[in-house]
Amino acid sequence: MDLISIILVIVYLMVTGYLGYLGYRQTKTAADYLVAGRSAHPVVMALSYGATFISTSAIVGFGGVAANFGMGLLWLTVLNIFVGIFIAFMFLGNPTRRMGHHLDAHTFPELIAKRYDSRLLQVLCALIIFCFMPLYAMAVMVGGAEFMAPIFHISYDSALYIFALIVAAYVIAGGLKGVMLTDALQGGIMLVGMAILLVATYTLMGGVTEAHSALGALKDQVPGSLKAIGHQGWTAMPKFGFAEAGLGPKDGGVAYHMWWILVSTIVMGVGIGVLAQPQLIVRFMTVKSKQSLNRAAAAGGIFILFMTGVAFTVGALSNVYFAQQEQISCQIVDDSALLDPGADGKGKLALVPANASDEIKARAKRFVAFRLPGASDESPLNYVMWTDKTEIARGEGGAPDLLKPRLIAVMRSVGLGTTLQGNTDTLIPAYVRSALPHWFGVLFMLTLLSAAMSTMSSQFHTMGTALGRDVFEQFAHHQHGSKSIHVTRFAIIVGIVVALVLGKYVRGNIIALATAIFMGLCASSFLPLFVFGLFWKRMTKPAAVASLLVGFLTSGFWLLFVNGKTAAGLGLCKAWFGKDNLVPPTWSLTWTVVDPIIVALPLSILTAVVVALATKPMDKAHVDYVFGGPKPPA
Amino acid sequence: MVLGIEDPGVWLAYVLSLVSAALCVIFGIANWNKGEEPVKKEDTDWAKEEKTEVEDAL
Repeated sequence: MDLISIILVIVYLMVTGYLGYLGYRQTKTAADYLVAGRSAHPVVMALSYGATFISTSAIVGFGGVAANFGMGLLWLTVLNIFVGIFIAFMFLGNPTRRMGHHLDAHTFPELIAKRYDSRLLQVLCALIIFCFMPLYAMAVMVGGAEFMAPIFHISYDSALYIFALIVAAYVIAGGLKGVMLTDALQGGIMLVGMAILLVATYTLMGGVTEAHSALGALKDQVPGSLKAIGHQGWTAMPKFGFAEAGLGPKDGGVAYHMWWILVSTIVMGVGIGVLAQPQLIVRFMTVKSKQSLNRAAAAGGIFILFMTGVAFTVGALSNVYFAQQEQISCQIVDDSALLDPGADGKGKLALVPANASDEIKARAKRFVAFRLPGASDESPLNYVMWTDKTEIARGEGGAPDLLKPRLIAVMRSVGLGTTLQGNTDTLIPAYVRSALPHWFGVLFMLTLLSAAMSTMSSQFHTMGTALGRDVFEQFAHHQHGSKSIHVTRFAIIVGIVVALVLGKYVRGNIIALATAIFMGLCASSFLPLFVFGLFWKRMTKPAAVASLLVGFLTSGFWLLFVNGKTAAGLGLCKAWFGKDNLVPPTWSLTWTVVDPIIVALPLSILTAVVVALATKPMDKAHVDYVFGGPKPPA
Repeated sequence: MVLGIEDPGVWLAYVLSLVSAALCVIFGIANWNKGEEPVKKEDTDWAKEEKTEVEDAL
């Protein structure tokens, strides 16, 4: 690490530590402001909310998907801002705050339980949160590790352990309390980091219009595997349609896969799913008034634009850099290393030994193996795929070699240990490391560390209280005591460990998928009972239970038995039925990429409405109480 | 062609991202002084409990 990098890291840690200390001394969590009857500064509030909302998952994971799928991902930014900020702040925020305070609810499951007078709902909501939130925490952790590994020339596993250690230290040091200034500082760093990234990228490519035009011109370089699923270039939406029933993968049965993945899973799943995120819903309760929400919305919209808008634009534009500008100053170790994708061509690439059979050598792909300056002889080699566009200039007299891969982003990520599909999770890190100065790489790492800390602290807070307050206390039938604190702490430790273990074993194109699964599951299970609970007095307890179960079970069934990628990845369908998914061969293959949310959320809404109208209205005194009236006698 | 992007499906998303952010700013500023509510006892009671039972416990 150079001097500037070391100074940056030290200053960051000192300021975070100082603000944490201030937070302890002056006790400035959101609740503290409220106890004092005051409101945090709207910018502080918006930055703090935004930092919780946006994590390494959005920047590294979805930014990487944008590098692969293109700028169509910006529809998610539209939803992030319009749904995640505008609708959430303007329509959901204040009713949530009012109901939360009136019912004295402190967690999302508790709010639901008190709204519907149902302990069962509290436990069900909490168990879903506790069991599935580690998936999202894993996505955030992997995002951090994928970035840290190439910046510091360490292995992915080491980066993952270091990242988990930093997170654990932050949690132990009181990070879960959500000190507003610390969160806001993290949000501020994220804003600066992303703004520099955007300006640097457009500058590198000669301006806004020039950059987009250059990206559009690359459409001829879309790989065949992506063309087959509907990719039409990085500045165009994928082909839209629903494949004819019975067509196989080679007859055009997969021609619309990309549109459905982009729109149903990424844009809808995450864009709508954010409304039902328990850790974000709870934050509305810490606000003083509707006025605070109005003011924070202004800063929030800008913040999210700079987070996901920049990540998706830069992610897509990284193709221009990789295909036209990238020059790697390195030591080339072998310019014709062979990596084998396995007999079916879909396996993880493995180095072909010199004594391998001719068959393996024939199917293997040629790569250039190189070592970056500053990397030790023991550190793993880097690989880029060889094509007829690859240029190599050997350095003379001890000068480094120059390698120009001339590959589009996703092909640039193909290497030892990945499949020939590459790993989109590594694209943003690779772009920042390669295209921008090293000091910015370190600053950007602090950006990501900030993004991860603020999101993970709220995730672990939510997981901890879910098991401690919402499950244990309900069964233990005693007030908040030392035992439930132990359960809360245990839940947090379990959450960190599960996220770490998942991150270690499911590396590769996982960040966006895991995030989308969790958010889709939350939307299908929680959104109808939450929104109807806030606005519809006729909504009943059986309707809430039925809606939650239908949403959750439909999503689960779809993920396990219908969605091609998750069903095959989880393997239960194969084990039970001997095939990768249950979509009959006579049906359209497009069903295998339709996201669960498209089916489960409408079903869950329908169930809520039908059951509510078919069941007896809730006790009027209770409903009056929920909507602001006096508490009925027990 | 808008901003060098040919497909309306994509430049519309680019423009709408900016418009959505502008909408938040305009709405936020237009309602800057609206929505102030008196702090009730239930609000401060909630905050006190949040502090003692949830935050301090963590």
